[in-house]
Amino acid sequence: MTDTTRQALQQQLIGLHVNGEDHEVLTEPRRTLVDVLRHDLRLTGTHVGCEHGICGACTVLLDGSPVRACLMFAAQAEGSEIRTVESLAPGRELSDLQQAFSEHHGLQCGFCTPGFLMLAEGFLAERPEASKEEIREVVASNLCRCTGYQSIVEAIDDCATSRRAALRHRIEGTGEDEEAPCSSATRSR
Amino acid sequence: MKPAAFTYHRARDVEGAARLLAELGDEAKIIAGGQSLVAMMNFRLARPAHLVDIGGLTGLDGLRTDQDGALHVGALTTHHAMETAPPEVLGTEFAVIRDAMRWIGHLPIRTRGTVGGSLAHADSTAEWCLLALLLDAVLVARGPRGERRIEAADFFLGYYTTALEPDELLTEVVFPRPAPRAALAEFAERRGDFAVVSAAVDLELAPSGGELSGGRVALGGVAPSPVRVPEAEEVLNGGMPGPELFARCAAVAAESVNPPSDANGSARYRRSLIRTLVARACEEAMAR
Repeated sequence: MTDTTRQALQQQLIGLHVNGEDHEVLTEPRRTLVDVLRHDLRLTGTHVGCEHGICGACTVLLDGSPVRACLMFAAQAEGSEIRTVESLAPGRELSDLQQAFSEHHGLQCGFCTPGFLMLAEGFLAERPEASKEEIREVVASNLCRCTGYQSIVEAIDDCATSRRAALRHRIEGTGEDEEAPCSSATRSR
Repeated sequence: MKPAAFTYHRARDVEGAARLLAELGDEAKIIAGGQSLVAMMNFRLARPAHLVDIGGLTGLDGLRTDQDGALHVGALTTHHAMETAPPEVLGTEFAVIRDAMRWIGHLPIRTRGTVGGSLAHADSTAEWCLLALLLDAVLVARGPRGERRIEAADFFLGYYTTALEPDELLTEVVFPRPAPRAALAEFAERRGDFAVVSAAVDLELAPSGGELSGGRVALGGVAPSPVRVPEAEEVLNGGMPGPELFARCAAVAAESVNPPSDANGSARYRRSLIRTLVARACEEAMAR
């Protein structure tokens, strides 16, 4: 019993890099990443649902990859770049992904939304050319009890399509000066 | 829920981790990706007094093929790293491993969960455990007494129980020979859930072509650990590959095991799944 008491009082200093800022947190080792984000750093955009990796409400990006913030201790995240939903849009304007969720009604109650946004953000960064089928497969990672998922899939697919179009536009925009004959030939076909 | 209190230790190297485990005794647990352990700790099904974090150790991740064609997978390699490995590192000879990854949890689980962690956790339906048994993998463990190589057939001892000593940790798993005609099939209520039953086969075509010169059949979810089914393998040996042979092999597999009845399904239901999944795995293996 004394052993447990002693351990409960034990604190450790953890350095975390979240949304581009460095933080130092004095906390118990048993604190999960999602609890440190919410309680110690007051980044309450990340939600916590099931606490055993099923619902995905706590999904954040760890070095760019979507992870469950309830399935890791904050201490394990030292030295990694963490991104939460707060990083998507720095100002009051929505990011393209958030805008797509809004336009397609990819949320109702909104509890699961931060998790879905970070899941999609991480997934599209790795698979910008993802098909709708792949998107369907990936959103099965998280639980949404309102939308029935269709609108979430549409939102992510729409965002991916716009990002691809923008990228193509940028590439073709610069390509036109350098390789004009080639790109005009492509266009005439 | 929140996990019980523990002391956190970060290992600097494998030797240090083994030494810590030896010092702390069975009150300590290794944590790598933590995708099974943290969930169990949050439920307080596990309450280790000490966690030894090996997640940051270098040299324990990645995969390579040696000159004998054996595939070496570092214990800290994530499932996602396996499924996205470039074809020149993980080719058609081990396509069964790459394809099996999509059955493991979901993307955000696979980005953290590790090969070594899955094998050491030893869930009877885990894809890595089934693959290790099917393909005669050798599990490399390091402890204070040095390195030890354990055959997969001797590694899984029962529910969440392995041949690892409390002061040993897995560093690598070696798949000794290519398995170009192998496949894994499974069924779960929802995609990403633990399988109710999983089946994996590795077929060997006779050099002359035509008939099979051998085959292996392994099942998960039918016993406390994954099992090989010699009776079903006997059916494959010398048979002409095709739906008739595969159906017979699957039927024999279903009759040769004694699956449990629990909340996930009755024994009868599991036998029915075995008949479907073994045949499906055979078909997929032949189609490679």
